[in-house]
Amino acid sequence: MSETTISKEEVAHVASLAKLAFNDAELEQFTTQLSDILNIFNTLSEVDTDNVEPTYSVTENINHLRDDIADNWHQKEALLSNASSSAADLIKVPAILDGEGK
Amino acid sequence: MGTGNFETTIGLEVHVEMQTNSKLLSPSPVHYGDEPNENTNVIDFGYPGVLPVANKGALEYGMRVALALNATVSPFIRWDRKNYFYPDNPKSYQTTQSQTPIGTNGHLDVTLTDGTIKRVRIKEMHVEEDAGKNTHGDDGYSYVDLNRQGTPLIEIVSEPDIASPDEAYAYLEQLRQAILFTGVSEAKMQEGQMRADVNISIRPYGSNEYGTKVEMKNINSFTYVRNALIFEEQRQAEVLRSGGVIQQETRRYNEPTKSTMLMRVKEGADDYRYFPEPDLAPVVIDQQWISEVAAELPKSASQRQKDYVDTLGIAPYDAEVLTQTLAMADFYDATVADGADAKRAANYLIGDVNAYMNKHQVELQETKLTPEHLSGMIKLIESGTISTKQAKQVFEAIMTGEEPEAFAKKNGLVQISDPTVLLGWITEVLDNNPQSIEDFKGGKDRATGYLIGQLMKMSKGQANPGVMNKLLLEELAKR
Repeated sequence: MSETTISKEEVAHVASLAKLAFNDAELEQFTTQLSDILNIFNTLSEVDTDNVEPTYSVTENINHLRDDIADNWHQKEALLSNASSSAADLIKVPAILDGEGK
Repeated sequence: MGTGNFETTIGLEVHVEMQTNSKLLSPSPVHYGDEPNENTNVIDFGYPGVLPVANKGALEYGMRVALALNATVSPFIRWDRKNYFYPDNPKSYQTTQSQTPIGTNGHLDVTLTDGTIKRVRIKEMHVEEDAGKNTHGDDGYSYVDLNRQGTPLIEIVSEPDIASPDEAYAYLEQLRQAILFTGVSEAKMQEGQMRADVNISIRPYGSNEYGTKVEMKNINSFTYVRNALIFEEQRQAEVLRSGGVIQQETRRYNEPTKSTMLMRVKEGADDYRYFPEPDLAPVVIDQQWISEVAAELPKSASQRQKDYVDTLGIAPYDAEVLTQTLAMADFYDATVADGADAKRAANYLIGDVNAYMNKHQVELQETKLTPEHLSGMIKLIESGTISTKQAKQVFEAIMTGEEPEAFAKKNGLVQISDPTVLLGWITEVLDNNPQSIEDFKGGKDRATGYLIGQLMKMSKGQANPGVMNKLLLEELAKR
């Protein structure tokens, strides 16, 4: 079972990707919990799925598409008033200067 | 240029915004330059519980690009989520295709500056969505406009077949033209409609393994791409020559210094935690659908150039100028189809029309000129109804939307070719200028020039110069 055990460093890394900050106690707690969860998946891995197509979608729908027609729902005011802060029709957020995102 | 003992390997990922009417996953309009957040709805804002439906038009545009780049259109597509946190995308993931690209195994034959053709293989193409726009204020805040969020993109990933910054430049230019002629995008650089992520590595000649690659993202000018690559191949060569190691990292290009600087050490692909998008239905693309899209694909620039030269007798350089934009090529085709002389139509578009567009800083489609009016004017010239000199006035008029024949009539711009009328004037002028006849007989060529001047004055510039010249010489010989 120990092979799926996740390290504290990995948990800290995943947390940082999710923009979460954990203190040492929390890190300890989540590392144990995530290890337990991964171990349950280990049980699932016992099933032979070699020739089974992965399930990507739970509906049988295919080609459910929309024609390329523009329709402005005019929700700007409501959406901006729901933003935590806005100015000059723009959403105001704390500056993130580490780069261009993606 | 070049780096001595090293060879350069470059791969490009190019993102092009599609000119669809609506976004990839929401019906919000795709329109550049509107008031901030005007074109947004709950889907674009990433609200929980929304029901996005993919845009069929965007997929078909993706298929067009795949076909134009000689790729195989995938028979089955599903969507993936690429997860990242940044305010320009409130969903916190980009909807893309990682496992099932819309097109695979394409290529673009790039003509290099020395005339050789280089085939750049295209690994795959994805239809995905663009992010919004962040503006950093100087007050410690960023300001987000989500109008662009969700705009469909086609991402074109080349194989690392590009061997120099100049090749990269040529590839980008010719890729842009190929895309322009699919009608999928106008690829306006100044509006950020085409951006390149570049990766570059160098290795000693003869080495079997690629060097460690460095990436630079979101460069929106071909010149900047070339400059960034020139700087980077030299930098990497210096690091290796001095015994250093190239780090896998993302660097930022800085135009004022024409240099690159470290942005961050690269995250692994795992960090994007791709997973299948559960909210969107998979798409099956059959041969019939592909054929329908192929039938709508405009003829490529290179095919049109070939037709212009081979069938219409246009000079190769002129054919190139006519195919710089799809709008110009379509306009030319329509003008010729309407019966205009092919060479004259080419000359007007390349000369007067281009000059007009430059002078007024407008695109062809923003002018009031129509192919029918241009061809109408050319037909008036061809039939001798108006002179090329009179055509200058007619040209001004058709650029403001006037109908050429009506304008010419209204303004008395008709060329008189009727010999009876012309002979009347010639007789009158010759009778009034016996000295000029003497001069002519004495061998003074200038005498005819004077007589023609008199005749033009008398006809108010409407006499057909060719016919009149011929008749004048005949009359002079009789005297």
